[in-house]
Amino acid sequence: MKKSVLLGAFTVAGLAAGMAAAGTKDDVQARGKLNCGVTTGLVGFAAPDANGEWEGFDVAVCRGVAAAVLGDPKAVEFVPTTGKTRFTALASGEIDMLARNTTWTFSRDVDLKFEFTGVNYYDGQGFMVPKELGVSSAKELDGATVCIQTGTTTELNLADFFRTNNISYEPVPIETNAEAQQQYLAGACDVYTTDASGLAATRASFEDPSAHVLLPEIISKEPLGPLVRHGDNEWGDIVRWTLNALITAEELGVTSANIGEVASSTNNPEIKRLLGSEGTLGEMLGLDAEWAKRAIMAGGNYGEIFAKNIGEDTPIGLARGLNAQWTNGGLLYSPPFR
Amino acid sequence: MSSITDPGKQQFRLSMLIYDTRYRSGTIQVIAMIGFMLLAAWLISNTAQNLAALGKPIDFGFFSEPASYDINQRLLDYTSRDSHLRAALVGLLNTLVVAVLGCITATILGVIIGVLRLSHNWLIARLMTIYVEMFRNVPVLLWIVFIMAILIETLPAPRAFKGVETGALVLTNRGFYIPEALFSRSLGDIHLLGESSLRFDVSLDFIAIIVVLVASLYASHVIKTRADRIQAATGDRPTTWYLRLGVVVVPMVLLLVALGFHLGMPELKGFNFKGGTHLRNSLIALWLALSLYTAAFIAEIVRAGIMAISHGQTEAAAALGLRPNRIMSLVVLPQALRVIIPPLISNYLNLTKNSSLAIAVGYMDITGTLGGITMNQTGRELECILLLMLVYLTISLSISAVMNWYNESVKLKER
Ligand SMILES: N[C@@H](CCC(=O)N[C@@H](CS)C(=O)NCC(=O)O)C(=O)O
Repeated sequence: MKKSVLLGAFTVAGLAAGMAAAGTKDDVQARGKLNCGVTTGLVGFAAPDANGEWEGFDVAVCRGVAAAVLGDPKAVEFVPTTGKTRFTALASGEIDMLARNTTWTFSRDVDLKFEFTGVNYYDGQGFMVPKELGVSSAKELDGATVCIQTGTTTELNLADFFRTNNISYEPVPIETNAEAQQQYLAGACDVYTTDASGLAATRASFEDPSAHVLLPEIISKEPLGPLVRHGDNEWGDIVRWTLNALITAEELGVTSANIGEVASSTNNPEIKRLLGSEGTLGEMLGLDAEWAKRAIMAGGNYGEIFAKNIGEDTPIGLARGLNAQWTNGGLLYSPPFR
Repeated sequence: MSSITDPGKQQFRLSMLIYDTRYRSGTIQVIAMIGFMLLAAWLISNTAQNLAALGKPIDFGFFSEPASYDINQRLLDYTSRDSHLRAALVGLLNTLVVAVLGCITATILGVIIGVLRLSHNWLIARLMTIYVEMFRNVPVLLWIVFIMAILIETLPAPRAFKGVETGALVLTNRGFYIPEALFSRSLGDIHLLGESSLRFDVSLDFIAIIVVLVASLYASHVIKTRADRIQAATGDRPTTWYLRLGVVVVPMVLLLVALGFHLGMPELKGFNFKGGTHLRNSLIALWLALSLYTAAFIAEIVRAGIMAISHGQTEAAAALGLRPNRIMSLVVLPQALRVIIPPLISNYLNLTKNSSLAIAVGYMDITGTLGGITMNQTGRELECILLLMLVYLTISLSISAVMNWYNESVKLKER
């Protein structure tokens, strides 16, 4: 008898522990806040504005998830992470999800035990040099001093690129984008290399952006996307389908401006399922029917988010390129809402 | 009838473990030990279990995988195809370099400042006080970052030297370039340990120089002992300085000429200076900051050591006719060393451990390689941190061992 009581207690404790590990959604809802890991500051992707409110392309994903799960896009605690600290922060549970220009790679997915929930920006590694150096190709960089952020795919790609091209370089490892920018501008390195989007964003914040050029070579594939821990598939599903909802909304022409009108007037069944007026998709996720509607209203659909934060009308001025909808020749392709 | 009987041999009872003062402290220690071991066992099993649940059991296999990243300052040959183990080794050497350079500079500066702080010159003594208070009351991390920022922001970039005639020493914001020693008739290197991760080269030129140097210093020592002997016997000391100098300088010059010694000057080629030795800005910032910071502490230790020697000693020495310089070097310092060395050891240890702040300026020490990029790219946090702790422990214990041995040798010999 005594033994079975003891065993029972262990089982309950074990179950409770198992549930704590699995129930990120419940944790977030109980806390009333989503802990979202972002950069330490990269204008356009994630940076606090003049009022201290975080905004940016990656921030918008966090806000979308918060809107879907908590009903409030502002209920997010942004946790700045560096290239080095981000994975520890996620693995230890300090953050519920990471949206920080993070490249989806095999070893991060499989070995570091993370689950990438999609791609919100198809990118590649580029090089930026001062115009006055007169360099026009990355292959001319023999002997150059290169600033890189440590803990990134960047430093690995760089080693491979210079090795395979048989040229030498001097790496200067740096923790954050801000420090890299300072060293680059002071001429302590000739070249700054990171994701091309990050270079564009960094250059846009320079006093004289036109004095710097991005070299034509893109030396790697960097599919950037949000990620969560292994082992909580329900939470992974929520983050994945929130991102997909933003992408699908653009594809179907649902914007934050017309969403109210479309919701009532549409007879497209996929839009109806997306916005919760038909079917039980929200329930399947463990959320209410209007989760996706709130996510879209938080900052607009994918296209709106892109245009507002990093698009061609912003100082960063990135073209959609690979990040256009598949219907426009890009790679963005959300699985169907069905 | 009264008789004294021996108390009967008492039967041992379990309660005596607690109530008998002969056993009590033993009992408490055993219980505490068991408790401590249980706690340790629980921590270890908990960690192992959690890692297993995460699917990351402890595994050092990653060590032999290619590191895939480059390191700028390397004392061993290293490419990104080398293993993580070798990357860690390169980092370890970088740690040792900055620790050794730092300890030497800090000691020299510290002794000078400590002695000057006791100077009768009001201005000098005050300036030294300001130095000490300024450096030891600001965290060393800030000094490191501050010096780095000064180097980067105030010195010109290499490209500013285009078309400029540069001398032997070039100061740029990427670091300092100094001439390097080159040998046109070099003896070559010997390669040890084949192709393994631990392989290293030893320069035969370097060995030859060391051998000649040691031999001539020994010869110079023999001459000195002979002079001492003659002085003890006759009271006259033969003049030996030219002999001693010659015996050191002449063989070295001959060797250097034989090896075809010349200096390689730094020259601007392309993006950077080529030739010469490159002292990177990260090394300089770290070295300087650690030295200046630790020197402030050492100065205080030296001052305390000197003040611990009673003034009577100085006066007695003066009464014997010794000049102040000799009083310091023959009477005060040898005694002060006994007081100085133990705290000096802990300052050397501090400096070495503080060198792990290197990553703040991107200096690739072992915390930057093994505890930084390797850990980050492989995700093997526990393994890397454990090893890192082991490495620092080993370095620290070695420093302690050497310094304790030295302390033993300068200790007051009691006869
Ligand atoms: N995509 C790469 C690099 C990510 C990265 O570090 N990006 C930089 C520039 S695009 C960044 O976000 N820096 C912001 C910061 O320093 O916090 C990776 O996942 O390893």
